[in-house]
Amino acid sequence: MELLMQQLFNGLTIGSVYALVALGLTLVYGILHIPNFAHGALYMVGGYITLIMMTEAGLHYILAMVVSICVVGLLSVLMERLVFYPLRHSPPIQDKVAAIGILLFLEALAQFIWGADYRQMSTPFGQVVEVFGLTLTLQRILIVFAAIAVMILLYWFLKKTFTGRTIIAMAQNREGAQLVGINTHKVAILTFFIAGALAAIGASLTSPINLVFPGMGHLVILKAFVIIIIGGMGSIPGAILGGYILGFTESLGATYLSADYKDIIAFVLLILILSIKPQGIFSKGGV
Amino acid sequence: MNVLTNKKVIISLLIVLGIVFPFIIPNLYYLHIMTLAFIWTIAVYGLNLLAGYTGYLSLAHGGFFAIGAYVIGILTVKLEMGFWLSFLLAPLVTMFIGLIIGLFALRTKEHFFAIYTLCVGYIIYLVIDKWEGLTGGVRGLIGIPLPEAIGPITFQSPTAQYYLAFFIFLLVVAVIYRIVHSLTGRTFIAIRNSEDLALSLGISTKRNKLLAFVLSTFFAGLAGAMYAGFIRFIGPEIAYTTITFDLLTYMIVGGIGTFAGPIVGTFLIVIISQNLQFLQDYRMLIFGPLLTLLIIFSPRGIVGFIQMQLYQRKRKKQESLAYKNREEETNAGG
Amino acid sequence: MLEVKGLTKRFGGNVAVKSVDYSVQQGKINAIIGPNGAGKSTFFNLITGVHEPTEGTIIYKNEEITRQPANVIAKLGVARTFQSTHLFEMSTVKDNVIVGHRLRTKSNLFDSIFRTRRLKEEEQQCIAKAEESLDFVGLSHVSDQLVTNISQEEKKRVAFALALATDPEIVFLDEPTAGVNPDETDEMAKLIQKMADKGLTICLIEHKMPMIMQLAHHIMVLNYGEKIAEGTPAEIQKNEEVIKAYLGGTVSA
Repeated sequence: MELLMQQLFNGLTIGSVYALVALGLTLVYGILHIPNFAHGALYMVGGYITLIMMTEAGLHYILAMVVSICVVGLLSVLMERLVFYPLRHSPPIQDKVAAIGILLFLEALAQFIWGADYRQMSTPFGQVVEVFGLTLTLQRILIVFAAIAVMILLYWFLKKTFTGRTIIAMAQNREGAQLVGINTHKVAILTFFIAGALAAIGASLTSPINLVFPGMGHLVILKAFVIIIIGGMGSIPGAILGGYILGFTESLGATYLSADYKDIIAFVLLILILSIKPQGIFSKGGV
Repeated sequence: MNVLTNKKVIISLLIVLGIVFPFIIPNLYYLHIMTLAFIWTIAVYGLNLLAGYTGYLSLAHGGFFAIGAYVIGILTVKLEMGFWLSFLLAPLVTMFIGLIIGLFALRTKEHFFAIYTLCVGYIIYLVIDKWEGLTGGVRGLIGIPLPEAIGPITFQSPTAQYYLAFFIFLLVVAVIYRIVHSLTGRTFIAIRNSEDLALSLGISTKRNKLLAFVLSTFFAGLAGAMYAGFIRFIGPEIAYTTITFDLLTYMIVGGIGTFAGPIVGTFLIVIISQNLQFLQDYRMLIFGPLLTLLIIFSPRGIVGFIQMQLYQRKRKKQESLAYKNREEETNAGG
Repeated sequence: MLEVKGLTKRFGGNVAVKSVDYSVQQGKINAIIGPNGAGKSTFFNLITGVHEPTEGTIIYKNEEITRQPANVIAKLGVARTFQSTHLFEMSTVKDNVIVGHRLRTKSNLFDSIFRTRRLKEEEQQCIAKAEESLDFVGLSHVSDQLVTNISQEEKKRVAFALALATDPEIVFLDEPTAGVNPDETDEMAKLIQKMADKGLTICLIEHKMPMIMQLAHHIMVLNYGEKIAEGTPAEIQKNEEVIKAYLGGTVSA
């Protein structure tokens, strides 16, 4: 029972991070219909910036995270302006290749600047606490609460502010949004910034319990894709729900099935889903 | 016609160059690099057939390459079968696995297909990495034998291996040329342009997409088997996405959907990388942005760019000729 | 020749086509008109196998083709064009059209790799067919140009040539003159007439009323997915309900 509770909590932590990364991916997909393979690289850069700000500039963990959010957000915007914007009328295969190009570049760059070794990130929240008989680190609790706070904030922004609503409007109907006078460039830039910021938050939160290395984004991004396919490409609640479902499945699978193959769970899940429903679970039927 | 743009002349020159290469540059290291380049090119041709001609970007190609390599590895090392029989079986087994995966993967389109195949690639990697009993896990498979002698021809020397790879390479290029320039190739291209249009023209897109997919895995498996036979050691890293992305880079730089693209891209990058040894781990610092820039400014790579230039020159020439003729006519009339 | 009965298509909760009975008159120019969103394109897509109907039957030459896929229907002699042309811009006009005759050939991968006699013969056959079709639509002079360098109207003609290369008996044209200027529209109308004169059965969707009224022998009017009228151009022009459907605008425009 205690093991189960422990694993459920682990699932909650992993799921929170997955949800954050998947949210960014799904927002970008909703707006521009680009599967942004470079999103995992943004996640990785986010981890590194926070780490470097702490070790080189001596910033506090939280401050370092803020810097990371800004840097990665801007990097994401830069990507949109320099690459995806010029490709907006091209066949879809070109977006994908361009995104892969960026991914390869950012990974090589990280390895060039920061080396290939796995690095540990310290955290001021390393204490161990007991909650309901469970032994938890403060960092894990922080991950869960911070992620939920970010999601609530994002939800409030998208639903209650004018700018947020334009993002939703554009995700639903691009031409329509243009017709009613929404500045689609501005919305795209903003969306990419948010996506980058979410990736940075996710990476910074999880790095103290995992490790920072150039390939750290690989599995996460792929799982984020699985999540948004499960949750419906472009759907925000879908990304959150999918993130937690995958988090729980993985942590339970690792305990009760096989720790070696836990990373396979997500991919097998996706392959099963797409084999049965080639357009994803929540595709609009008919056409 | 200009001698330099005459295809037959160029092709003959390249074949002669391939034959005399070991004599001009009797350097074992370069021989090794060239042999590898032949092998990579074959894999890239497989990818190009599917992504370039049929329009389905598979990100599992490295995985199929690895399956080919591991099939020959397992057959020779674990089951102690002969090299040639295993070599024959490797691409066929890869193709069979490709057929089963293709049946499901091809139900998806565009982005879904790319993500689906990326996941397939990861699963192949994870299975190879974790299934120690079969694949040797992270330790890999060591001691893949040399090809047995065929009559008087032995394959012990690097030069002999070079010629073997070169021979298979030429064969593959010829086969691909025929596929691409036949009704089969035209059918693939029609699907890439528009599946709806292809269907309305009576083309069974399902069957032809599967054919392209299976062919592409065949060439990936063949290249993998050649790699395993040449390097004689394989580890799970050959199944990682890095290989897929390398192959993708070769294809895009050379020219996706062009016939000469895979050769141009692979040899160019392999040779440049060798000359920039210090870059090895960081080669993507250059090739990553190159990939992105090319896809923005010349989506059909180097070969596509040259083709366009040649075409425009020809067109201008024709126009000025037509203009001259008109002028002469008016002069004659006036 | 081609007959539909009770044809219905629902997308989710929306009914795009609602139990339409219709028969295409052989050797004639049949037109389907109706306001935007009347379900004309869906109707085409149902007949040509792009979508599966929810209800109803489609019979072509005494054979039911209701749930056949598009490629099978094409082989039976039903060709179509699309509103947008979908050609490969970086290839020549002729190269684009050659594949149009692929459905009448049998060469497979084996033939391609070994360049068998069958392949060579069938390739010649496809090339000849492409040249013939391009000649028919009046594009022989641009057959070696890249598609990207020809005009919009010429691209439309290439799409016609592609449809003709399939050796059809009936051709469905989805807005053949969309995006084409008035002079060129007349030329396209002549081409359609020429196709009919050759013995082809034509069925087209159009918005340009004057052209339809001149060209068509028989017109069906769809509104909100339902057939509201059917008849000769003269009958349609007088039909009260049709005039109402076009919101008071006169049909003869």
